[in-house]
Amino acid sequence: MVGGGGMGGGLLENANPLIYERSGERPVTAGEEDEQVPDSIDAREIFDIRRCWARAGWRGPGRGSESPFLHLPHLIRSINDPEHPLTLEELNVVEQVRVQVSDPESTVAVAFTPTIPHCSMATLIGLSIKVKLLRSLPQRFKLDVHITPGTHASEHAVNKQLADKERVAAALENTHLLEVVNQCLSARS
Amino acid sequence: MAAAAALGAVAPTGALWGLVQDFVMGQQEGPADQVTADVKSGNYTVLQVVEALGSSLENPEPRTRARGIQLLSQVLLQCHSLLLEKEVVHLILFYENRLKDHHLVIPSVLQGLRALSLCVALPPGLAVSVLKAIFQEVHVQSLPQVDRHTVYSIITNFMRTREEELKGLGADFTFGFIQVMDGEKDPRNLLVAFRIVHDLISRDYSLGPFVEELFEVTSCYFPIDFTPPPNDPHGIQREDLILSLRAVLASTPRFAEFLLPLLIEKVDSEILSAKLDSLQTLNACCAVYGQKELKDFLPSLWASIRREVFQTASERVEAEGLAALNSLTACLSRSVLRADAEDLLDSFLSNILQDCRHHLCEPDMKLVWPSAKLLQAAAGASARACDHITSNVLPLLLEQFHKHSQSNQRRTILEMILGFLKLQQKWSYEDKDERPLSGFKDQLCSLVFMALTDPSTQLQLVGIRTLTVLGAQPDLLSSGDLELAVGHLYRLSFLEEDSQSWVAALEASGTLATLYPAAFSSHLVPKLVEELCIEESDLARGDGPTKCSRHRRCLQALSAISTHASIVKETLPLLLQHLCQMNKGNTVAGTSEVIAVCQSLQQVAEKCQQDPESCWYFHQTAIPCLLALAVQASMPEKEHSVLKKVLLQDEVLAAMVSVIGTATTHLSPDLAAQSVAHIVPLFLDGNISFLPENSFPGRFQPFQDGSSGQRRLVALLMAFVCSLPRNVEIPQLNQLMRELLELSCCHGCPFSSTAAAKCFAGLLNKHPAGQQLDEFLQLAVDKVEAGLSSGPYRSQAFTLLLWVTKALVLRYHPLSSCLTDRLMGLLSDPELGPAAADGFSLLMSDCTDVLTRAGHAEVRIMFRQRFFTDNVPALVRGFHAAPRDVKPNYLKGLSHVLNRLPKPVLLPELPTLLSLLLEALSCPDSVVQLSTLSCLQPLLLEAPQVMSLHVDTLVTKFLNLSSSPSMAVRIAALQCMHAVTHLPTPVLLPYKLQVIRALAKPLDDKKRLVRKEAVSARGEWFLLGSPGS
Repeated sequence: MVGGGGMGGGLLENANPLIYERSGERPVTAGEEDEQVPDSIDAREIFDIRRCWARAGWRGPGRGSESPFLHLPHLIRSINDPEHPLTLEELNVVEQVRVQVSDPESTVAVAFTPTIPHCSMATLIGLSIKVKLLRSLPQRFKLDVHITPGTHASEHAVNKQLADKERVAAALENTHLLEVVNQCLSARS
Repeated sequence: MAAAAALGAVAPTGALWGLVQDFVMGQQEGPADQVTADVKSGNYTVLQVVEALGSSLENPEPRTRARGIQLLSQVLLQCHSLLLEKEVVHLILFYENRLKDHHLVIPSVLQGLRALSLCVALPPGLAVSVLKAIFQEVHVQSLPQVDRHTVYSIITNFMRTREEELKGLGADFTFGFIQVMDGEKDPRNLLVAFRIVHDLISRDYSLGPFVEELFEVTSCYFPIDFTPPPNDPHGIQREDLILSLRAVLASTPRFAEFLLPLLIEKVDSEILSAKLDSLQTLNACCAVYGQKELKDFLPSLWASIRREVFQTASERVEAEGLAALNSLTACLSRSVLRADAEDLLDSFLSNILQDCRHHLCEPDMKLVWPSAKLLQAAAGASARACDHITSNVLPLLLEQFHKHSQSNQRRTILEMILGFLKLQQKWSYEDKDERPLSGFKDQLCSLVFMALTDPSTQLQLVGIRTLTVLGAQPDLLSSGDLELAVGHLYRLSFLEEDSQSWVAALEASGTLATLYPAAFSSHLVPKLVEELCIEESDLARGDGPTKCSRHRRCLQALSAISTHASIVKETLPLLLQHLCQMNKGNTVAGTSEVIAVCQSLQQVAEKCQQDPESCWYFHQTAIPCLLALAVQASMPEKEHSVLKKVLLQDEVLAAMVSVIGTATTHLSPDLAAQSVAHIVPLFLDGNISFLPENSFPGRFQPFQDGSSGQRRLVALLMAFVCSLPRNVEIPQLNQLMRELLELSCCHGCPFSSTAAAKCFAGLLNKHPAGQQLDEFLQLAVDKVEAGLSSGPYRSQAFTLLLWVTKALVLRYHPLSSCLTDRLMGLLSDPELGPAAADGFSLLMSDCTDVLTRAGHAEVRIMFRQRFFTDNVPALVRGFHAAPRDVKPNYLKGLSHVLNRLPKPVLLPELPTLLSLLLEALSCPDSVVQLSTLSCLQPLLLEAPQVMSLHVDTLVTKFLNLSSSPSMAVRIAALQCMHAVTHLPTPVLLPYKLQVIRALAKPLDDKKRLVRKEAVSARGEWFLLGSPGS
């Protein structure tokens, strides 16, 4: 490994995920080791929760050949440079800034960027993010998952669906949809 | 049967007849072994066996003939060494003849020939005739696997013993073998066949016109595509086949014209394993190829490698591609050329440069690193290649650095430059003027200094690394450059705490100081001295914390640059002087100040360890000084200097202990003996003559009636004598041991009594077995027993017992089990029970000051395992028998033992301890809880079936512990909750809802590390039994 390996560390300052290494594990600080000090929930933590999803999602749906969403990873790859495909994780490095958290007010807002403006998977990606956060955050939090403004053709419709509690609940009753969402969330596959 | 008959006519005995009949006609297997044994023992000759077989060998029924020959072959396989040359000739004739027989007979015939191929008495010429007969009569590939294997064995045997004869066959042998192996499918046989081909080539058998055929018959397996069947008893792995085929393909340049197109084709394929195998094979080929073989294929090879490195998503393919490029370049660099031939290396490298250099100018683009890696792989192959590439690339990169102004881009460019500079170190240039870097030196230096002054930490870090590499180039930097460099390092060393640069700068200073001690002595040391002095006077003025930290940095810098003997001669006196001044002056020195100086001293001592001369210098200079300071401080005095109190504090003495220990462990035995002759009398007799400033107001008598301050200094004695090499004799040992024992049970100061106990134990551990050791042990045991029985010294006696036990456990001394039992007995002692439980932690852990391997203590590697096996059953029994209120002590002791044991050793033992572990989960002690959870977690993963029987207990307890007040316990409990999901899903489903609800609570834990575990555990539980998981 000549060169590239020494390039770690530049998480936020670098705008070029192609060159810089992925962010790696969050380092544990002394305060976090201390029993007494409470750590508030911050953007990086939400980002890490989402990142788990991204890692799994990269492999997830691609596995089941029967899945109707077989083309999901393919789709994500196709918009990147075919010469040197980015992983979803590297894409997300840029997206940590799109997570807004307020621990005292118990709110979380996550914006995600669909891969192409007409991405038919936008709702599904949003749903997966939402479900992952529902499962991973304390109940007191009010969740808002939406598309980064101006990045999707039917942004408004998708946002509305994602904000509608009943529709999200109904979607998760659908075994088939739940299966796909779980595939995205399963870290084991 | 003429052959058999001709062997002679001795009447076979009746018994042999019977056995033969039983085997041939009776179809029993047993008689074969009987006959073999009899032949071996000399009861029958082979000839007699043949005679007895007589009619069966001629029987018209092929099955009977086969059976007869089988018996003969089996006998021969065991007894071929007994055969005479005449017999061998006849047997060979017979067997060759039989090759024409019915196909049922062939397997036994081949077995016989295999036996004969092992025969030493085989006359010349027969090997060739056997092989010819096989090539001619047998269609090998229509035989079963075992028989094909026999044929390969015959060939292998002959190749091993009859090489010259076989070579006489010329290319016919090669051709014959090609026909034998053509179409082979079985991996077991292929391994043998590949071996044979490899030998054909490497032992220089004549291949004649059959080079391409031989290549075809082996290369058709490339790339190997083989997955061993599950439960394969033969244990052949894909990797075995790959390696043995690669050995064949890469064994000769004669295959090159056929192999290289094949490799290029396979690198271009879509299959990852084919790409890897091809690149690795190419790499192997370069070891034997030359320019001639590669010439026509270079453009395609380069195109394929470039594409793989530029485009692949797999790091392994990239790495193999780079390795292959490196070998290719090395191969081209190596070839000797005729004067008129064109040097392919230059044109090849020019190609690479042409394809890569423009990418280097775009530090934001993704191809910049792959291009740099390709260039560096090529440059790493030879001095010539390195020269060619560096002289082209460096000017370009230097120019690019100035063209780009963003720190990010500059960092990328400097990282690339660094990579090329590092490669220079691989080659040594005899002539100073030939060194390719000398022309760029000034530019490189100014660029590095720009990086060092840049505000971006990342760029600074790369700059520091580049400076280190430049410094490592012999005779490159001028004294002016060095002065500047040292100045930069000095500045960076005092950067604020959160910057990583100062750590890197200190490290670089250490590395460069070994190379340029004079530059650091003259430019850095004076500045640091100045800095230290300013502090002295300023500290009083209360510029508090920042000054204080500058002061620390200064001490750290002093120890960091003490990497060269000549620098140590300046820094060590400085540090010691600083310590003395703190003592003399009236400045208020805090404990942490003194400890910081001691830590610096300790680091200097560490750096001196490898060089015997510096080591002795340090020891000789520092230890008397430290002892003098400490003795001075321990003197009863009217005015109480603050520092004197400080020097006697536990933490300060501990810091001094580690300085003394580090300065002693690496002494040579004779120098250590010199030192010990001063130090032991100092403590025993108060002989202070060797201390540098020895006018003390009182006597130093730590063991007699000295003050408690003096007694504390026994810790320093411990640091010294317990770090000595084992063969150094300690004067007045008997007296010393008795005094230590006395002090160890002395009332009033736990610090000094513990130090005495540790010192006693440390000496005991190293003392050779014998009468004196037994006496010491007896004294110790008496002391312990006396102390434990009576009131005031119980805890001191217990400490002594603990340390003596540890000393003996480490060296497997027979008395250790007795002492361990005593310790275990104390677990139910109402007063000492908890301390005894914690004592098990001490027994199992590594100490830092005494009884260490570094300090030459006798530490057997498996002592923990042994302690576990010897004592855990007794602990478990003790637990069951103990009254309720002391049970936790047993659990805690057990936890300590389990915790320190390597997990792989522990795992097989755990199921027997399972019921105890489940009980321990309810123990209120958090040490026990934590250790139990960490034992259960791997068990859940490794033995889910056993664990699923206890699912109810496990889930309930884990959930309870996930709200424990201790953060570590909460984390471990949640990790176990996660591991529980490895149990069979049907067992878990009844708990799913309850668990998911319960795990919502730790999601809102105040600690992030706990929340992280809760998130992953809860996520897994959600997926249990869900579609799509």
